[in-house]
Amino acid sequence: MSSFAVHNVSLRGVSACVPAAGEDNMQLDLIPEAQREIFVQTTGIRYRRIAAQGTTAADLCRISAEKIMRDLSWQPDDIGVLILVTQTPDYVIPNSSSVIQHELGLPGDCLTMDINLGCSGYVYGLSVIGSLLQNMPGRKGLLLVGDCSSAIVSKGDKATYPLFSDAGSATAVEYKDGEEWYFDLHTDGGGYDNIMVKGGGMRHPFSIRSMEPVAYGPGEVRSDLQMRLDGVNIFNFALREVAPNIETVMAAAKVKSDNIDYFVLHQANRLILECVRKKLKTPTEKFPYSLYDYGNTSSASIPVTIVTQLQHAVNDSGARILLSGFGVGLSWGAAVIDMSNAHIADLVEI
Amino acid sequence: MQINDFTEKFVACLNTAPAVPVDGTTNFKKLDEWSSIFALIVIAMVDSEYGKTLTSDDIRNAETIHDLYIIIQSK
Repeated sequence: MSSFAVHNVSLRGVSACVPAAGEDNMQLDLIPEAQREIFVQTTGIRYRRIAAQGTTAADLCRISAEKIMRDLSWQPDDIGVLILVTQTPDYVIPNSSSVIQHELGLPGDCLTMDINLGCSGYVYGLSVIGSLLQNMPGRKGLLLVGDCSSAIVSKGDKATYPLFSDAGSATAVEYKDGEEWYFDLHTDGGGYDNIMVKGGGMRHPFSIRSMEPVAYGPGEVRSDLQMRLDGVNIFNFALREVAPNIETVMAAAKVKSDNIDYFVLHQANRLILECVRKKLKTPTEKFPYSLYDYGNTSSASIPVTIVTQLQHAVNDSGARILLSGFGVGLSWGAAVIDMSNAHIADLVEI
Repeated sequence: MQINDFTEKFVACLNTAPAVPVDGTTNFKKLDEWSSIFALIVIAMVDSEYGKTLTSDDIRNAETIHDLYIIIQSK
């Protein structure tokens, strides 16, 4: 069963936090000057946000959580579930969600967990928090999603460095009779090494050698502690899986394209997303992008896009939104979510 | 699919007039305009125009535009 529904949950708000500082790909020496314009045009990525030394994904997520709780007048004691989706946690042990639970002053009966997922993580995270809250009448939950990918990409690797950007987010969810969310989730672990940080875990433990930069080709220099991305394989994976996944979840939700106000996809790169958009025959006005100013913010790219591109549309008249995330794992998923009761907060820049 | 048609679409992917004349015998990886980004643009074009998937190995194993054309035809 890859398609399923979650009942009696309502999405009440979305917030996001990004570093104010960043870099401009048009000034990036890693890309030859003659290729910078076509790079920006094709990937859609001009600017990337980079967290200051000492600022982590957990910080960006906690600030997002404080923002949405303040906007919704939610009290710490209201929160029964806190989930953090990240691949850049504060510590190997313990889980960062426990630390954030303490920092936010959430009660002791608040369930917390970390989920290690990247670009599909927002959709997966919504499925988990929704599945838990549907059995918790009267309780509220926070889904925190974010990464500081700038800490795990090599400045010498043009396959990753010009793409990834830092962000955190918080999504407020509560038990509510009558609403339904629909999901279609998938995994293909055979492609696990297409996006990978090989070193530093138990299979390839940290050593002095894991820090050594290795040249795999021109503009492809990284250590085992930095992310490897096979752009062609990921591109073909997205071309193959994303559009059918979206069509399947729409069928499960018994909605057609006309009934969806916005298709918010993981912001991988513009070329991939435009190929998917054309396969789905979706008009451009229903397909928002945040890539130009915020880059590929990993699992946070969907909430960052909602906050930066759809704030007024959702706040003014609500929206039924199709979400699609795909990437590391390989893992992909789509969801149909009603945002008619959602408050979209102002973007926080720190 | 004809080689001339494919070559035309390939050149269109470069998004700029190539510095040298391009035909089926051109070693595309030696074009000044060629880069990993263009590889993705070509893969996207082949997917949308011909409904075929070009892999990293396909691109690695091809030298000329005609080589790519033969690989796509064989799929």
